[in-house]
Amino acid sequence: MNTKGTAGKLISFYNKFGIIFILILELIIFSVANSNFFTPNNLFLVGRQVSFYGIAGVGMTMVLLVGEIDISVGSILAFTGCLSATLMTQMGLSIPVAFLLTLLLCCVFGLVSGTLTAVLKIPSLIGTLAMQTIIKGFTYLMTGGSSVTGLSDRFKHLGQGFLFGVIPIPLIVMVVMFALGFLLLNRTFLGRRIYAVGGNQEAARLSGIKTRAVVVGTFVVSAVTAGIAGVLMAARLGTGQPSTGSDFAMDVLTATVLGGVTLQGGKGFVLNVFIGSFIIGILSNGLTMCNVPEYWQWIIKGLVFLFAVAMSNLEALMSKK
Amino acid sequence: MEKKIILSAQGLTKSYGPITVLDHVSVDFREGEIHALIGENGAGKSTLCKILSGAITPESGSIVTGGQTYPSLTPIKAKAAGIGMVYQEFNLVPELSIWENLFVGKEIRRGPLIDSKAMLQRSRAVFADMGVNIDCQAKIKDISVAYCQLVEIAKALLEESKLLILDEPTAPLTNAEIDILFRVLAKLKADGISMIYISHRLEEVFRMCDKITVLRDGQFIRTMDVADTSKEELIHLMIGRELSQEFPPRPGRFDYAGANTVLKVEHLTNRKLKDVSFELKGGEILGIAGLVGAGRTETVRAIFGADKLDKGSISIRGRPVAIKNPSQAIKNGIGLIPEDRKREGLMLILPISINMSIVVIQRLCRGLMISSRKEKELLQSKVKLLSVKLPSLDKPVSSLSGGNQQKIVLAKWLSTNADILIFDEPTRGIDVGAKREIYDFLFDLKSKGKSMIVISSEMSEILNLSDRILVMHEGALKGELFYQDATQDKILSLASGLA
Repeated sequence: MNTKGTAGKLISFYNKFGIIFILILELIIFSVANSNFFTPNNLFLVGRQVSFYGIAGVGMTMVLLVGEIDISVGSILAFTGCLSATLMTQMGLSIPVAFLLTLLLCCVFGLVSGTLTAVLKIPSLIGTLAMQTIIKGFTYLMTGGSSVTGLSDRFKHLGQGFLFGVIPIPLIVMVVMFALGFLLLNRTFLGRRIYAVGGNQEAARLSGIKTRAVVVGTFVVSAVTAGIAGVLMAARLGTGQPSTGSDFAMDVLTATVLGGVTLQGGKGFVLNVFIGSFIIGILSNGLTMCNVPEYWQWIIKGLVFLFAVAMSNLEALMSKK
Repeated sequence: MEKKIILSAQGLTKSYGPITVLDHVSVDFREGEIHALIGENGAGKSTLCKILSGAITPESGSIVTGGQTYPSLTPIKAKAAGIGMVYQEFNLVPELSIWENLFVGKEIRRGPLIDSKAMLQRSRAVFADMGVNIDCQAKIKDISVAYCQLVEIAKALLEESKLLILDEPTAPLTNAEIDILFRVLAKLKADGISMIYISHRLEEVFRMCDKITVLRDGQFIRTMDVADTSKEELIHLMIGRELSQEFPPRPGRFDYAGANTVLKVEHLTNRKLKDVSFELKGGEILGIAGLVGAGRTETVRAIFGADKLDKGSISIRGRPVAIKNPSQAIKNGIGLIPEDRKREGLMLILPISINMSIVVIQRLCRGLMISSRKEKELLQSKVKLLSVKLPSLDKPVSSLSGGNQQKIVLAKWLSTNADILIFDEPTRGIDVGAKREIYDFLFDLKSKGKSMIVISSEMSEILNLSDRILVMHEGALKGELFYQDATQDKILSLASGLA
């Protein structure tokens, strides 16, 4: 077990510092490829793009830490954007009330996904796959497939506005979410329980932890963070778009796994997901600025995701030998 | 006159790390005989059989069969040499029929197509040879455990096995099913098939076998004709070992009559338990002895709320308590150090610190936030108490040796200040030195007034640690012995269901 080959050393080195290198590499490549990339203006735009992945990534981190997965976040993103927009424009609710009602419904989605996983023991990949389709159905039922318009400027400001004229508001929300995520996971007993359940569910149960409640809880957090991202996304687009979020789950997962959170559970540090989100956001922005066609972007993103998963799996495989 | 030798094990040795599980064992197995292999848990019976069936490779020694000498076998070579193994766990596909299972991976073919008719015919012939009347088209999921076993035997016979190895074949069977199995075995023996028969149940050995070989601690002890021995002699040979100062001296005489009852369980019943009732006294070490599968682990898991109970009640210090899950057990001051520390005791990939404090972490908090000062204090005090040398508390538990891992599990439960501690095989898989430390530790806890239940498959552990010993057999309590009256023979005869 102590004698790792060169390959093993490389992989564990990657898993410690790799994402920083990837981030720097990305910045260099795109700066060289397009002179408009490394400008303050563009970087703040990137920051806004990144924040949606990052906000949902905090919740996804928790789900992955207990050894599960949530692929319904894309549908939740679209649903919450449309719902909050509908509540405000058609029912005349104020921004905070619409926001809260939307997030309350996210809690219900999370409770359902979590219960499917923890109580009915349906693999979360399957359970949230079904939820993804169901929530998409609700979105189209609610909107009839067309975008929800007529949002107030005050609401749009949440997605489009800047603090001090430079810092995008979603970016600030993301920083706050990561701070909360860090405190919850690394400074509270609730976080310890999440790690414990992911580390060994049976040992956690025999240590007096109500493992099912913990698993359900992580799905609720994931749905709520995806919901926050969704409402901000509607504000940023200026409309509730039922068709957003088709690649969102994939991008959030990539950001999380790049950040070193393993799919096996129990391992990962939420602040590294912050960096992971930037890698994936910069990739999107950079490829677009370099005029890479969207179809090629899909292929590249899929490969990046596989690369991230492979690297995290390889370390686990190596240490088993 | 002795019969021809069909298979001979010569000086077989196998060790895992520093532990030798089989030490230069030589046994001859003769044609047309049923040869019993007996010994305590860990005596080396299964290891020997796994070597003979090619599942594992010995470090030294050889296997002689059919005029050939093999330094080791592979499953394929063993089959070719006519050795068939019937494991405790069945390797059958539930959704397929009996005949399909017999031919999985070796279908009879006609060109590219499988020849179902030929396979069905062949299956019927094999069962006819065994004297078993069975519908070969029935699916495995629809037949009883006993018939699954017969299918496994048929599989081995289909491969022209001359020697069958049966690993505790009667363990999952009812008495009526055992009769069916034994009729088949007798028929096979009459047809000249030889068998190696592993069993814990001595009465079966006397009923079915011709020869008996006793193993103990990986060593060959003796091979005898069944007619020349007795149950008493076998039990004596199986245990044999003199007790040495592996164990610390007892901390004084335990006053059973004067102690008050701390834990009382009544009529515990579930799938694995039959009406188990007993009491645990304050400051007592109560040993639970029994063979594998006797229901010892199931008893303590039920008390701890880890398994469901169909019936039964638990009271602590005279007060009835409801324990539906481990969390409630912990609130009632019970701790369980489980049998399998890697699967149930530890979160191997997580740091030592998190493993040690996880049960009590809420107590170390102000509001939601963990007080790192309180946590550090707790960790340091437990590390000191257990005199365990650790690299760093941030390292994953998986980086520690077995003995130190077990100490982390102990530390975890000591943190809870539980006054009823349950140890399930507390020294499994750890070396002698660490064992002694754990024994010392148990006596230290006892002197501090903790009440303990200790399950162990090591007879010497049970005898040297317990104030009182409960013996279980097939899910029920078979007897209670005070340590002054307890002997290995008494425990083993209760545990085998003889007494």
